This record gives sequence, C-alpha cells and structure tokens, in this order.
Amino acid sequence: MSKVGIIGVGQSGFIRGYPGSIRELAFEGFKEAMEDAQISVADIDASIICSAPEYDKQRSPSGVFAEYLGLIPQPTFYLESLCSSTSMGLRMAYSLVKSGLHDVVAVLGFQKMSEISSAESQERMGRGADIQWESPFGTMMPAYYAMFAQAHMEKYGTTLEDLALVRVKSATYGQVNDKALFRKPVAAEMFTDPEHFMSGPVSSPLRVGDCCANADGSSCLIVASEAKAKAFSKKPVWILGLGAASASVNMSGRDQFTGLAVAQQASEQAYKMAGVTPKDIDVAEVHDCFTISEILAYEDLGFAESGEGKDLIRSKETYKEGRIPVNVDGGLLSKGHPIGATGGSQIRTIVLELRGKAGEMQVKDPEIGLVHNIGGVGLYGVVTILGR
Amino acid sequence: MSETKKKEIDDRFKKFGTVSYTSVTKVNDFITYLEEGKVMGTRCSDCGLMFFPPRAQCYKCLSSNMEWFEVAGTGKLITYSKLKYAPIGFDNDLPYYIAVLDYGDYKVFGRIAGDLPEEELELGMAMKTMANTLPNGQLNYLFEKA
Repeated sequence: MSKVGIIGVGQSGFIRGYPGSIRELAFEGFKEAMEDAQISVADIDASIICSAPEYDKQRSPSGVFAEYLGLIPQPTFYLESLCSSTSMGLRMAYSLVKSGLHDVVAVLGFQKMSEISSAESQERMGRGADIQWESPFGTMMPAYYAMFAQAHMEKYGTTLEDLALVRVKSATYGQVNDKALFRKPVAAEMFTDPEHFMSGPVSSPLRVGDCCANADGSSCLIVASEAKAKAFSKKPVWILGLGAASASVNMSGRDQFTGLAVAQQASEQAYKMAGVTPKDIDVAEVHDCFTISEILAYEDLGFAESGEGKDLIRSKETYKEGRIPVNVDGGLLSKGHPIGATGGSQIRTIVLELRGKAGEMQVKDPEIGLVHNIGGVGLYGVVTILGR
Repeated sequence: MSETKKKEIDDRFKKFGTVSYTSVTKVNDFITYLEEGKVMGTRCSDCGLMFFPPRAQCYKCLSSNMEWFEVAGTGKLITYSKLKYAPIGFDNDLPYYIAVLDYGDYKVFGRIAGDLPEEELELGMAMKTMANTLPNGQLNYLFEKA
C-alpha cells in the first residue's frame, strides 16, 4: 500500500483586520508552505481552496486564487465544511493522490472575517445551523456550545473553574506561538473578577474567556504521493488515518449533549485506519472553539472516559509535559479562529511537532499526532492521524 | 397581448421567528397551526416516522404522504442556555433562552419563556411547548413550566 505524505505546511499570522485582500491573505500561507516544501508551482498538479462562504464579496475564490498563486492551468476547486474545511480538504487531497489522479495537491484554507462586524459574523455563524427552524430563534455558536456545557456540567460535575483552566493552558502556549492572535497570559482568577472582560457573560454558562475570537488568516498544506514525497522531502509526515462524519444540523435530531457523535465516529474510523489506539497518540490538536469543546474532545477521542475530561485538565495531563499534550500551539482560543484556515493551522502544528521543529511548542519526541477539527456544532467531524 | 397572471406565492413561513430566513416551504401549514395556537409536527402516513421540526418528505420511505400531529403533553428539559449577546436582528429580544425538550419519540428545539428566572430551571424538569406571538407580530413557540 503506497502512502500519502505532507511535504509542506504554512500559515499566515492569525490577526484582526488583515491589511490586504483575500488573495493576498491566501498568498501568505501558501508562500510559507511552498518555501517549507521547497518546490515550485509547476510541481503542483491541483489545488483545493477551502473556506466557509458568505464572508467575501468574491464568488468562487478558487479560480481567483489559483491564478494569483500561479496554479493555473491546473485544476482547482472549492471545498466547504464550515470550520472543518481544510481538514476535509486534506481528506479530498488524500483521495486524489491515492487514486493516482494527481501526485501533488495544494490544500489552501482562508478566511477574512474582519470584512464584517462581530454581530454580523455571529449571525452568519448562526446560519451555519438550521436556518429554517433554529436561526429564527436567534441562535449563535456560543449559545449552542453553551447548551453542551450546561448538559456536561450537570451530568458530570464539570465546573466553570475547569473551563477556565482550559483557557489558562491555551494562553500558556499562545504566548509562545508567534502566529497567535491572543498572546497574553490568562489567570483563572480573571474569570471570577466581574471587572475583567474574560468574565463577561455571553451565553450561560459560557463567558467571554470561554470563546475563541474571530480572526483573519490562511493556511496551506502540500500533499504528495509516496514517491514524490520521498523525492522532495527528507522528512515527510505520513497520513496514517482519516475519519469523517456528519450529524443532524437541528439540535432536535441529536441524541447527546455531553459529547459530539461526529468526533466519536470520525476518531474511531481514523484509529482503525491507522491501526492505533488513543494511548498511542503523542500529541494532539483539538477544536477548542470554546473551552467546553476541548473537554468534550478529550472524551470523544478516548483520551479520557466520558465525564472524566475535567480530570485531564485539572491534573495538567494535557500540558506539554503531560501524558497527552493537547493544543500546545494555543489552540483556537489563543490563535483565533479564521474558520476556513483553522484545520490547516492545526495540521501544520502537528507536522512541525512530528518533525521536531515546533520550537518552544515542541513536545518530547512525538511519533504519532492527531488532529480533531469540527465544523458547525458537531455538524461535521474530521479526525486525521499523522506519523513520522 | 394577454394579461400576465399574477401568481399567488404562499410565503406564510416568513412569519416564523423574530427573523425568518425562509418564506416558501411545503410545511407552511405549520404557521397556520401556530396562528391557531397549535405547535405541530408531521408523521409519515406510510412508515409512521415522526418528525419535529415537521417535514413534507420522508427520507426513510421517500413518501410525501404526511399527516400533522400536535406537540402535546410535556417534554423533559435536556439542556438550555441564556443568551446575553445576540446575533444581528435579535438585540431587542435579549436576554432570551434557547433549549431542547425531549418528548420521547422526538425532540423540540426552541425558546424557554423569557419571564422564567434561570434559578427555576432544572435539567430534567417537565415543560410544555406553547405557540407564541412576538411583540413584532411574528410567531414562534415557547417552553413553559408544565
């Protein structure tokens, strides 16, 4: 069985108000990935452009980007699965390469959220839910995840303090990630200080500090066949396992509010394909769009039993030195969450970790890494397992 | 030259919720029932599958033979959240709750009545679903203490 590898990774800084157009933003992540892979545009056989639509005036950005990045006349197309778009793009690139149709595929994710106001953005994010039956009630992402937090806290005794601890860990690593939007330290006390912005109520029980921030950013992954990967790269990182699942968009179709079925299903598929178990994972990136999301991820991925996610953060087992380091790049909570670029950034971090090139974020000698990337409120779940 | 005939568009669904994003659907009767004070789901006449929110088409047997049923009795409050910040268009409703009730055969997503204090909410408590007219004349439904 031939393998499929990742030979180049890159991302722009994730910032508020990128001072340029979306094609220029896309260039930033692309340039870094191309320099990383040390290849030229002629080596790329196809490109997949990933984002969540509705933030841009530009329709069909793939053609525009392909021209701007010098990737014409090769085929290009757009792929969308909300916040999990780039991970889904990697899945698609894998199948294009594995089938033999293409040898080298660029997966480029981007989002320029600052084009619109925060309230408008919440409205658009809310419309990633069921617009016929739910959006008319005034829904938004923090409120949906707040319902999961409420149910998890009630059933398992997870506390507001546990949620704050997730943010404290995130900030520990956000400070050493030069691509992160939020670089300041966070203390748990900020969440109980009514004067501090972190404690501000958003949607009970979630507070400002429990939520990730909108950002502008781009990310890029260069995916290659085994032969090309070995020819181009001394240290390719291999795609060992892929999993993906979908769920009812309407909350009335969900059978659990204490976990995300899509993450459970996608990880089961990815573990099986890779032939590994949760115990074999040395470093992980999980979709911490909210603090509660990280605790759900610990359990959905099998790093902890159901209801015991809180124990992992209390005992600091998900810190860099712990049993299973999670989000040692600061995660979405510190990096910011430019929807379409997020999955690529998560994958970039794991690739750097496996190469031993993650700098201050480096965990000790990891061999197998996992990326958990969720679209919508557990509408789409994509899990990717990578190895050296 | 023949007179162009004005086609009547059944856009009743634009009345659903504070802001509706849909106007034309095959389940527009949902709105007429709401006006009559009833919250309704659909049941497939061919295979018996129950749907809330209502559907006009059954994915299981691909039938379009649907009958309406009323969301009656009580459901259990599974989870909720109280919003202190709203998406654009919903500011005037703040603060408000969103929640999910479990009726056994189906679940209902909606809002809890705004005058219920958060301290009185308990997961697992019995609630009923009531049709509601919003201050702006739009229609939705609310969960109230049973």
